[in-house]
Amino acid sequence: MSGPTSQATDKPCLADLVKRAREDSDFSALVAAIPYANFLGVRMELRAGELIGVLGYSDHLVGNPTVPALHGGTIGALLESTSIFQVLWAADTLVLPKTINLTIDYLRSAKPEDTFCHGVITKQGRRVVNVRAIAYQANRDKPVASANAHFLVEPRE
Amino acid sequence: MAERPPDDEALARFRQVFDQWIPHNKALQLEFVGHAPGVAMIRLPYAPHLVGNPETGVLHGGAITSLMDATCGASVFIKRRKPGRIATLDLRIDYLKPATPELDVTARAECYKVTRSVAFVRCIAHHGNEDDPIAHAAGAFMLFDEHFGPKKEQRP
Repeated sequence: MSGPTSQATDKPCLADLVKRAREDSDFSALVAAIPYANFLGVRMELRAGELIGVLGYSDHLVGNPTVPALHGGTIGALLESTSIFQVLWAADTLVLPKTINLTIDYLRSAKPEDTFCHGVITKQGRRVVNVRAIAYQANRDKPVASANAHFLVEPRE
Repeated sequence: MAERPPDDEALARFRQVFDQWIPHNKALQLEFVGHAPGVAMIRLPYAPHLVGNPETGVLHGGAITSLMDATCGASVFIKRRKPGRIATLDLRIDYLKPATPELDVTARAECYKVTRSVAFVRCIAHHGNEDDPIAHAAGAFMLFDEHFGPKKEQRP
């Protein structure tokens, strides 16, 4: 089922993209290879040595047009994506981390504007990495959501 | 039996609001496919642009998160029998196994308790067999009295 197929040739090799992103401190090629990141409008930026996930605002992210507020799922996706990239950036794995679970606290309604996210690895184990992530908008001191996540990784031998 | 039961009418209106009025639900092409008392069932059609791992074609967890958040919220509307505004307080998702590429995902959420201010929900996502779930979620929602949905004059 999961072995190489005839279509495999036109698919990007993620391990190479991860390696390149680390070497060049540039995640754009890796993010561009992930269809859902493009659909959502997520990008990764290095700012003063911190990896910041950016969810650029667009109308299709709205979950409540009256308030208006972003859909909770889009904030969850930003938290999860940024956490995954933080693991790829800072932890010892070259495969895409698999999300075991994710707990999201929604703290404020997210306005229809750009949203940012920063993840911190709270523990790196052999098989599991714990990450805590915070999402915020214009004011970093007023987070819109936070998350705790566990990821399954394969350490390099 | 002079008039239709208000529940059905509210449900039809809610279905319209859910599928068409919420921009992100529409972007994901979420479809309200069924209900029972306190229960909502929503389908997420498989789409190449929702893939998280291009090597395997498996859907991104974020798409599943959106599906489960939306389905949990829908079950709260059904439990409350009115489209009052709600806000997700927290959501915990366990990913039990990867979604199978090319297959639609259906979520079934049950709002099993409402208090004056808070609703409690559990949800599973699956490919058609609820006994073989892809993901499990538990969430809590804050309840508001405000109406949720387009204003009367904006309704189709």
